[in-house]
Amino acid sequence: MKQEAPQPPVPSPSLPRSAVEGGGAVLRVQSLRKRYGELEVVAGISLAIRRGECFGLLGPNGAGKTTTLRLCLGLIGPDAGEIELMGEPVPLRARVARRAVGVVPQMDNLDPDFTVEENLLVYGRYFGLPDATIRARLPELLEFAGLAGRAASRIQTLSGGMRRRLMLARALVNDPELVFMDEPTTGLDPQARHVIWDRLRQLLAREKTILLTTHFMEEAERLCDRIAIMDRGRFIAEGTPRELIARHIEPHVVEVHGDGLDAWSAAEGSRLASRLERSGETAFCYTTDAAPLLASLERTSGLRYLHRPASLEDVFLKLTGRELRD
Amino acid sequence: MNSYTLPRLSVRFVPVWRRHFLVWTKLAAPSVLFNLADPTIYMLGLGFGLGALLPEVGGVSYIAFLAAGIICFSTMNTATFEALYSAFSRMHVQRTWDAITNAPLALDDVVLAELVWAATKSCLSGLAILVVVYALGVVTSPLALATLAVVPLIGLCFGALGLAITALSPSYDFFSYYFTLVITPMAMLSGVFFPLEQLPVPLRIAAEVLPLAHAVELVRPLTFGALPENVLLHVTVLLAYAVVGFYAATVLLRRRLAS
Repeated sequence: MKQEAPQPPVPSPSLPRSAVEGGGAVLRVQSLRKRYGELEVVAGISLAIRRGECFGLLGPNGAGKTTTLRLCLGLIGPDAGEIELMGEPVPLRARVARRAVGVVPQMDNLDPDFTVEENLLVYGRYFGLPDATIRARLPELLEFAGLAGRAASRIQTLSGGMRRRLMLARALVNDPELVFMDEPTTGLDPQARHVIWDRLRQLLAREKTILLTTHFMEEAERLCDRIAIMDRGRFIAEGTPRELIARHIEPHVVEVHGDGLDAWSAAEGSRLASRLERSGETAFCYTTDAAPLLASLERTSGLRYLHRPASLEDVFLKLTGRELRD
Repeated sequence: MNSYTLPRLSVRFVPVWRRHFLVWTKLAAPSVLFNLADPTIYMLGLGFGLGALLPEVGGVSYIAFLAAGIICFSTMNTATFEALYSAFSRMHVQRTWDAITNAPLALDDVVLAELVWAATKSCLSGLAILVVVYALGVVTSPLALATLAVVPLIGLCFGALGLAITALSPSYDFFSYYFTLVITPMAMLSGVFFPLEQLPVPLRIAAEVLPLAHAVELVRPLTFGALPENVLLHVTVLLAYAVVGFYAATVLLRRRLAS
């Protein structure tokens, strides 16, 4: 047990206390801050990730997700706060902690001069693994990546999805406890994305821990046990996907567009929906009971609408706003 | 994390060096060919072409005089090229360094591997030149083999300086300044192509601080089958450039990659 430490002045309400105070956290971060010039990119975040869970870091571009990952890996030093990765203080002993960690970076940085097999072999050597150990793992890694039979292929001959799967296999060459994934499916087509999701579920089934960043809400909803929504360096919401939807948003959404939207919104929509958000030519009506809205829309000609359950994306847009982040 | 702490030297650099070596083996044939062709062209072109107009330089034929210059000049260029273009490509374009530092290796290990690899390439190039000058019969003394002890120093010196330039470089274009403003003038002032005695006194004094001039002072007597003078001084200057350059490169790269 840790000593009875005084609570920080502003405790994060949804931080799971069991994970913070008990053992079992593979990554623990307290009051982390990082500033670049005038901009505080990470502005005081705390989190604890338990063994075997999938934790999602969501946020718009520039929210500080990648910087948070780099801080947790000890690649950059924080201005304030504490990080403990695999029980080691970071950045002080980050190099040692990374022995039990795998990283799938956002950008493809496979070795273009090497074959699939050589990429894995050379990467395994960085962990101090003997060639024989790495070679013994190769068949399983290639199988996992769906690249069995492609061991001798040049990297240039692989598709985007294959490269991403090879990056995933490379991150597993040291049989890590915890895998960091920075936007693992960005730029992939739906087929390739589903394969990656399937592989991540396999990892979770093997009791691996995953920390992933994404801005695909669907991805977070499918994979993550817990989510933190990050904006401007802060966590603005935390919880399971269901909790976040239940806590922050009405269960039904009716999207409306078409001729006469303004008149309908003023006369009916704003009255019948508990909340109506306008984005361009579409009105998003949030409600606990969609029936009156749908009845009203049935009576109104010229309008087109879509009724669906509320999703994490609605929570995300409500909390981070609809304006573009460039 | 203080950027100014001394580089932490560790054998952890070895797997990174092996990575570079494995890439090289894939391109070894054209690389060796280039290592042989480049000095051959200089030796034949300048040595026989220009040399025919010059009866004697410093008591020997021009081509015999030139051999030491080419050994130093080519190995300098090899290390410089590796530390500039190849290292920049691995750092900035291919993001190989990022992949490596996600493993349990530190940036210091990566930079040390780059330095040792640049010196390794210099040695490969130096070996090729020796083959050429022996084959041409320009050099006959077995003592010339001792230049292989000087070449790693040249490689470390110019590899380290090159890495410091790479740390500052926004793009490949930046490197042409370094060649035009530093490397080429240095070659002219270091006794590579002609004896330093040809230069006016102020330039001869300036040459005293140039690492390439000290490398030439070590290598030239060896190619004639004689032992060099002031060995300690020359070695110290080359090592000093290597150490200071490596420290500067490490600090600058830490700062560059932490932002």
